[in-house]
Amino acid sequence: MTSKEKRIWKISILFASVFVAGQTAGAMHIMEGYLPPTLCIAWGAVCIPFLVKGFLEMKKIFSENPRAITILAMSGAYIFVISALKIPSVTGSCSHMTGTGLGAILFGPCTTSILGITVLIFQAILLAHGGLTTLGANTFSMAIAGPFVSFGIYQIFKKFNLSKRAGVFLAAAIGDLVTYCVTSIQLGIAYPSMEGGVSTSVLEFLGVFAPTQIPLAIVEGLLTVIIVITLENYAKQELKAVGFNRPGNN
Amino acid sequence: MKKDAKLVILLLILVAVIIIVPLFVLKGAQFGGSDDAGSVKVEEISGEYEPWFTPILETVLDGEIPGEVESLLFCVQTGIGVGVIAFLMGRMVERKKHEKSDTAC
Repeated sequence: MTSKEKRIWKISILFASVFVAGQTAGAMHIMEGYLPPTLCIAWGAVCIPFLVKGFLEMKKIFSENPRAITILAMSGAYIFVISALKIPSVTGSCSHMTGTGLGAILFGPCTTSILGITVLIFQAILLAHGGLTTLGANTFSMAIAGPFVSFGIYQIFKKFNLSKRAGVFLAAAIGDLVTYCVTSIQLGIAYPSMEGGVSTSVLEFLGVFAPTQIPLAIVEGLLTVIIVITLENYAKQELKAVGFNRPGNN
Repeated sequence: MKKDAKLVILLLILVAVIIIVPLFVLKGAQFGGSDDAGSVKVEEISGEYEPWFTPILETVLDGEIPGEVESLLFCVQTGIGVGVIAFLMGRMVERKKHEKSDTAC
């Protein structure tokens, strides 16, 4: 980053902390209008530094690493597809996957946050799915928290030279689950239960989301492995350009 | 390469099984969205809850988006994604073919 870009990023962090510190209280997509305004602003503010950093990273990719643009576009398109598919699950209700694992593995969590928020805005405006007021909270869970966990898991696998495909699978699957866990926490904070407070409430929401999501997380992991295998076969140069090299033999 | 192709097919079958099995095992289930289940839970915990903001499109339309239109919009979203992926993959596959024939000459 240039010094100017660094400054912008620092300012954005400051901006975020001011908003967050100002708060007293402490779904996949949380529905429009279902979070109190103060929390909407707080979650939105938390996202800003990540989005700014992601934006700068993306700018850098466009100017310095044009070869990577193709798979950046594919990672974005992958989120588009995956998050539009509502899939039946063992609990008798439907949910959808996040698709952010691929971007996180290839480009890191900040760049992925930009891809994620694009999809969330599309869904909030056109599909009345998620929402503009809850955009901040949803961005945090789907486009920041999930990708960060995916990225972390993949890095661990890389560091210890473990099977890459297992790493991709776990990164995508657990990132997907974490998204829903964070959503449960966000809803729990917004709606503490009468007896037991926030933690009871968080568990209640987890009870709604988690069982539905587990099979879908596995599906997401498998699909992400498929995409990565395909890219390995047909996009070697691009993968090299983003530093996605083979640790281990698999 | 061949091993990869086999693995991909195996994984795709596995994906299909995970998705389809619940449909047959849980006959008669509603398969509503878990997002909606979320809003039900909110009401359970904090009593009646009136969302303080309704989606813009629903405000403009004076009601919910008709189910068929909603599925159209979801299809459009999928279509955009698949289009981009298919276009780029097509290019890459062709490129690989050319690379191969170049080295063969």
